Amino acid sequence: MTTLSDPPQSAFKPSMLLNDTRYRGYTFQFIALVCVAALFAYLGSNLLQNLRDAGLVISFNFLGDAANYDINQTLIEYNNQMDHWRAALVGVLNTLLVSFLACITATIFGVFAGVARLSQNWLMRKLMSAYVEAFRNVPVLIWIIIIFTVMTAVMPAPRDFRGEDAAASMVLFDSVAFTNRGVYVPKPIFGPGGWAVVLVFIASLVGAVWYRRYATKLLYETGKLLPTGWPTLAIIFLPAILAYFVLGQPISLEYPELGGFNFTGGINILGSLIALWFALAIYTGAFIAENVRAGILSVSKGQTEAAASLGLRPRRIMNLVILPQALRVIIPPLISHYLNITKNSSLAIAVGYMDLTGTLGGITLNQTGRAIECILLLMAFYLTISLSISAIMNVYNNSVKLKER
Amino acid sequence: MKKTVILGALTAAGLSAGAAGAQTLDAVKERGTLNCGVTTGLVGFAAPDANGEWEGFDVGVCRAVAAAVLGDPTAVEFVPTTGKTRFTALASGEIDMLARNTTWTFSRDVDLKFEFVGVNYYDGQGFMVPKALGVSSATELNGATVCIQTGTTTELNLADYFRNNNMEYTPVPIETNAEAQQQYLAGACDVYTTDASGLAATRAAFEAPADHVVLPEIISKEPLGPLVRHGDNDWGDVVRWTLNALIAAEEYGITSANIDEMAANGNPEVKRILGSEGDLGAMFGLEADWAKRAIAAGGNYGELFAKNIGESTPIGLSRGLNAQWTEGGLLYAPPFR
Repeated sequence: MTTLSDPPQSAFKPSMLLNDTRYRGYTFQFIALVCVAALFAYLGSNLLQNLRDAGLVISFNFLGDAANYDINQTLIEYNNQMDHWRAALVGVLNTLLVSFLACITATIFGVFAGVARLSQNWLMRKLMSAYVEAFRNVPVLIWIIIIFTVMTAVMPAPRDFRGEDAAASMVLFDSVAFTNRGVYVPKPIFGPGGWAVVLVFIASLVGAVWYRRYATKLLYETGKLLPTGWPTLAIIFLPAILAYFVLGQPISLEYPELGGFNFTGGINILGSLIALWFALAIYTGAFIAENVRAGILSVSKGQTEAAASLGLRPRRIMNLVILPQALRVIIPPLISHYLNITKNSSLAIAVGYMDLTGTLGGITLNQTGRAIECILLLMAFYLTISLSISAIMNVYNNSVKLKER
Repeated sequence: MKKTVILGALTAAGLSAGAAGAQTLDAVKERGTLNCGVTTGLVGFAAPDANGEWEGFDVGVCRAVAAAVLGDPTAVEFVPTTGKTRFTALASGEIDMLARNTTWTFSRDVDLKFEFVGVNYYDGQGFMVPKALGVSSATELNGATVCIQTGTTTELNLADYFRNNNMEYTPVPIETNAEAQQQYLAGACDVYTTDASGLAATRAAFEAPADHVVLPEIISKEPLGPLVRHGDNDWGDVVRWTLNALIAAEEYGITSANIDEMAANGNPEVKRILGSEGDLGAMFGLEADWAKRAIAAGGNYGELFAKNIGESTPIGLSRGLNAQWTEGGLLYAPPFR
């Protein structure tokens, strides 16, 4: 019996780099890599040469200089004597705020519209397809401007609230004012012990989540069904209300009042924030609706029928059978929609919302003239934000995706 | 991947910076048109008329330069720029000169590497409020909401002014004058602040200009003038002396109507300006009658002023500081010799 031996190894010859299919691929990739690197090196040195010729050097020192401009919405302490770096941080936080609000709202709109588009109700179904088609097919910038313009044109100015027979009045027991400068709402003032109430409330939220998980686990393991609706509400609100009264009502509200030119006191939610927030939420919500619809349709109809034959009601079929499976299809595109919201929030300047593009990429860039540095920083910031969102969402995706055992 | 994106942006910047290095005068002559940066629209200074033709005080400077260099005041490509885009447009070579209510400041001159060739309008920042608010002085503006064009010197002056006077305000940042006007009229801000000339021009475009008052305080010096890139001195000279020619023409009484007669019979200085004696134009590579063409394009400084923003126009600005030095103003053209 003959034994099989490996074919004799021929010695490596340089010509094999071209002739041997084992090496040819690497050769060409290496050549391509060198070409690309050379191209970029040339462009980079060209840029530096030109900047030097123009007498400009790349330097980030300007970030330490006083910004000298004011920002109308600051989540952290800021005044115009602080430096450009601080102004950029204010912008980052404003970007994160509007993105966060828009992501939450878009998800709610999207899930509702996506499910409703598959509803048995003809009117509901058609209304939702009209919503999805109308919002998906018009650029988000247009929506931002439409909402903002309508708000400034339709809402009354603060001066309309003045006088005996004022043209406008506040709503909700004189606590909320809708004006063309935004919405003025009461501001909570924390007395001693006020924060304890907030802590109790946060703890209750955690408790409510834990309770719902426990209920689901119990259902899956023993089939025993605990009520979730009213106990959740009770867990969230009862301890906080109790703590509020036990500690002697430590939180009071500061109501907005008409001052010299504007309402003073309370919190002013800027019109530009509202316009940007809703435009992004409604626009992206339409895309998410389609993802949700696709996710639901991806679950075989047999699953619904099997669940129904077990006697489950439609709402439970959706919650317990369809949505958990649909999430696997819904989550990955949802991540990119969250990224889109964050990136689209840079259209804020259209309505004068001072996000990162407005502060660092707008006023700072313009006042210092450091365009290249500012744009590099802008890119770094957005890259960091996007990669972080992506990382967090991927962790969530891993927890809901199909477990292969 | 990260690296590629960054380098891509640098590439774009690098390529455009390369284009800016060329000698502008030759480039303009070769191209046959002048690329002139103007505002996106400020009536009286630079705005397209009903036929889409740009007209205004700043536009007049562009046309004069085009006439001096190319012999044709219409050979101008007007590039509308916002407060934010103007400097990038100039630095990258997209425009050859900027004539756009731009304030001559130290950092723009020194740090941004631009060269202001002179001042065509001495201005100052003011405030406009609706008459109904009953405000008569800027010191009463504590707590007001202020519309402001973002990326301008006015934004910084505003912050300084309110800080110095211990007053609070809410800024509403806006990109263009047209948007600011709309926001102000809708009552989204109580006050609109920009250069006093800009306020006058904006108010003139309102349906009821009398319902709005410009407050007496002028809180800054805003010398507005055309600018070019640093480092191309020949081109800077052309723009500078075109502007000076317009100013000197008014001083010596050269108008678009009498220009031919003055060229023949004027005093020696006038003849030097108009090229009928000596050849100043040859010193910077233009024809001898360069200044004559520039003045003939839209008239001398005074004619441009009266036609576009003067007291007989809806904008109704008086000469004030912008009168000739002989009349008690600040306009002073160096000698032509």
